[in-house]
Amino acid sequence: MSDSQSFQPVLLEAVGVENGHSLESYRSRGGYAPLEKLLAEKQPPEVVEMVKSSGLRGRGGAGFMTGLKWTFLPKDHPGPIYLCVNADESEPGTFNNRILMEDDPHQILEGTIISAYATRASTAYIYLRYEYPQSWNSLQAAIDEAYAAGYLGQNIKGSGFSLDIYLHRGAAAYICGEETGLIESLEGKRAWPRIKPPFPAIEGAFRKPTVVNNIETMACVAQIARRGVDWFRSIGVPADPNNPRDPGSYGPKLYCLSGHVEKPGCYEAPLGITARELIDRFGGGVWKGRRAKAVIPGGISMGLLSEAELDTPLDFAGPGKAGCLGLGTAAVVVIDETVSIVDFLHNSCRFFAHESCGQCTPCREGTSWSLRMLERIRAGKGRLKDLELLAEIGSTMGMMPGSTICGLADGAAWPIKNAIAKFRDEFEEYIKQSNPTGYMETDPVPALPILSAH
Amino acid sequence: MPTVIVDGQEIEIGADERLNCIEAARRAGVEIPHYCWHPGLSVVASCRMCLIQAGSRNAETGEISMIPKLVPGCQTPVKDGTVIVTDSDLVRDSRARVEEALLIDHPIDCPICDKAGECLLQDYHFEHGQSERRADIHAFTSRRRDVGPTVTLFVDRCIMCTRCVRFTREVSGTAELMVSARGAKEEIDTFPGFPLENKLAGNVVDLCPVGALGDKDFLYQQRVWFLKKSANVCGGCAAGCSIVTEHNQDTVYRLKPRENPHVNKWWICDEGRYGWHHLHDPSRLVEAGKRGADGFEAVEWADVVTRLRDDLKAAGRLAVAVSPHLTVEEAWMLCAVARSIDPEAFLALGYVPTTGDDESFPGGFTIRGEKAPNRVGVETVLGLFGAVADDGSVPGWNELLRQVQTDTIKAAWVTAGYPTPDGSWCDEQTAAAFASLDCLIVQDLFDSPLAARAQWRLPAAGFAERAGTWVNCGHHAQSFEQAIRPPAGVWPEGRLFWNMLGRQGLYDPSGVRQQIAESSAAFAALAGDLPNTGVDLRLQQLAAT
Repeated sequence: MSDSQSFQPVLLEAVGVENGHSLESYRSRGGYAPLEKLLAEKQPPEVVEMVKSSGLRGRGGAGFMTGLKWTFLPKDHPGPIYLCVNADESEPGTFNNRILMEDDPHQILEGTIISAYATRASTAYIYLRYEYPQSWNSLQAAIDEAYAAGYLGQNIKGSGFSLDIYLHRGAAAYICGEETGLIESLEGKRAWPRIKPPFPAIEGAFRKPTVVNNIETMACVAQIARRGVDWFRSIGVPADPNNPRDPGSYGPKLYCLSGHVEKPGCYEAPLGITARELIDRFGGGVWKGRRAKAVIPGGISMGLLSEAELDTPLDFAGPGKAGCLGLGTAAVVVIDETVSIVDFLHNSCRFFAHESCGQCTPCREGTSWSLRMLERIRAGKGRLKDLELLAEIGSTMGMMPGSTICGLADGAAWPIKNAIAKFRDEFEEYIKQSNPTGYMETDPVPALPILSAH
Repeated sequence: MPTVIVDGQEIEIGADERLNCIEAARRAGVEIPHYCWHPGLSVVASCRMCLIQAGSRNAETGEISMIPKLVPGCQTPVKDGTVIVTDSDLVRDSRARVEEALLIDHPIDCPICDKAGECLLQDYHFEHGQSERRADIHAFTSRRRDVGPTVTLFVDRCIMCTRCVRFTREVSGTAELMVSARGAKEEIDTFPGFPLENKLAGNVVDLCPVGALGDKDFLYQQRVWFLKKSANVCGGCAAGCSIVTEHNQDTVYRLKPRENPHVNKWWICDEGRYGWHHLHDPSRLVEAGKRGADGFEAVEWADVVTRLRDDLKAAGRLAVAVSPHLTVEEAWMLCAVARSIDPEAFLALGYVPTTGDDESFPGGFTIRGEKAPNRVGVETVLGLFGAVADDGSVPGWNELLRQVQTDTIKAAWVTAGYPTPDGSWCDEQTAAAFASLDCLIVQDLFDSPLAARAQWRLPAAGFAERAGTWVNCGHHAQSFEQAIRPPAGVWPEGRLFWNMLGRQGLYDPSGVRQQIAESSAAFAALAGDLPNTGVDLRLQQLAAT
């Protein structure tokens, strides 16, 4: 295992290189040669096997085994099979896909072509978030270059394999990052996540088998093809031998560090770096020499790590052990000691109330109800009972208790759940201070008009 | 047979049946509350009211393993060994929370809501909700906007089950309705310039589990708990949709579809839905009249029974138009009456209005172009009386018009009952064909050029005012009950024919039906008590042979 000290960026190797986004530059770094070799020498099942044995887990948030996902596709399907690349990077604090798309789009395209070859997809859609015009430009330019160079289109490099890639721009909704919401949106419908089963691998876009993978996953596939499975498995955290269900956390990962740090940015490190090391070594420490109060481990929906939990390794298993939802998108947001946790939770609830797609009752009403309560608490009319209600919403809303269709409701619930559990004293103090006469009230109180919700 | 265990109770389901947990539990007498699921629409599993615990029983060891989280009953299919638990604390708490969530933004304006009394939100809250509100108290809001010419939307009452949206996409195929905005700000809406205007639009009001969608025709007309419900059949076209006539004090307030998998599934068209207003039209004929010196003079019904027979006998050869609005029983009795007066009477099918072709919808619903409910039934009755040509065809209205202009026919009895208040079903020119007759009897709902020429003008009953059996264009026979009494002074046709046949007591349609069923193979299927979804005459005949 290479430790994080000696690790050299791989996925981000083009960052800072002049014209690093061009085809010429990408080829000069060894790009597309692995693709040509692979098309000439390997059959699709061998490519699936390669990705499977690398232990690559999806970088989009859930961390599902990428190779395993590909094997769920029906065998000998007459086609078409679709590959959707999820570039609807909407999780607050996350911007690693954007760096990849803007600075090294060919790495993504190579990974996409390899993945399409492995899954026998003849059409790939890149579903791009509306707010990324620069990514649109660089990706579209790269696609045009790739067509011109014969890496896309009919009979790629004489292999008999054909692939078209379409860049699809979303209309700015968080829910489109959910894989079936993305598919619905791609089909031109309202992005309401579908009920599963059937999973997209059986019936996805346009009712055909579909694989949905993240942009960073595609970049990892390109690097596995270039550097090999052994290289990939030499990085990160190996599987826990005592836990047969732990597939390990292999490979490099792009961490998006933001919030109250001296040097926010997108940093590449082996999976398993601790939050503290990430903040101190890459981020230059919490800004202005302050202490961190809490750290979001992987996007706002993953919940909170308290200061005492900062030595949690940021691999796929680590944040879960500290009560968070998971690694998520590895977007680490640092909240320093001056921030009120009430304000943090209010901001989180405002986001999810705004972005709840509104399909399932518990999420639609739960996110809006929690926001109303936090509005009221911040307006000096909080009650201790509100904390009970918030905790109940946090523990009952989501796919895990079974009350919603998609997992984004769990993401809305987790910050509430973590904040109340880990910072309950601060909430109680805030409520008592701001509402000294009414904090014990338990009867329903009049609602406040909400101005900041939408 | 596959066995499903519902709350500990084992029930068997059919080997080929594909049921979800809601349907399977219903077989065991357990109601799983649900809003968004409807058997006629796609499954979205979004309301989360039907969350239950499910698992499976190992066939060999008998060991039960449960799914560790709640699952939607609507989306979870049952198979052999499926275990459903609907009465655990987990399920109860989940239902209470969904109810609580739905009421957070709901105006709770039941006292002024048309749906109160038949509202699922009310019923489920009573059964599954919490007694105290925990959410903040909101200012009352009641925004209303029309989504189409017949349907209005009370925006804040909506619980976003999207049944209406799915209906317009999957059944009517017109897709006028959509969901706009996101999260708790979501609303049902139409696209600008495309109102909810299709021939099945009224069904969205029936589908709405709460008071969000209102039928403007019914809005604020009557509290639903005053309504009595009668199982009827729509007389609007040859499809013969099963309906429920909802009425109070002999006034109809609305028609709703009645589930019938053989005919109309869960739907009816707007033409049928609003096709009851003629029943209460003030211009209806409400007394039996005999032409005198100054127009029609009222005659007591008891006198009509005898004088009608005398007049017809005196006139000579009789021709009878048997209306496709008459029931099988009435048609049979009319033919019997006619033959008892004149054994050689010419019997023909009455006028059958048609408006263009049948119109089918993606959801499998068809509106028939033939705008009469019982052509097939009347034709079959006429066949029993030998009124059938060599090629098997039954003489119709045009043949009758030809016959009455010949010298042989001296009298005609035209039964009609067409729901056209202007009497336009028969124009002046057609009516002139009856000019040379000695005696013309017209029995209709409204005055018409034909009735104006009659010696006897008799009132008819509307569809909700008669009982009997209609046979739709697919040979599916359905018996129905009388919903309301006809206006004072009107005898339903059946009562007149019954009395003219000299039968004693009150007119008994089911007795007549038994008699018909016993005397003819074609109607053999009508014997005994019929299921409320009716029987297929042809299928029964096939089974008999």
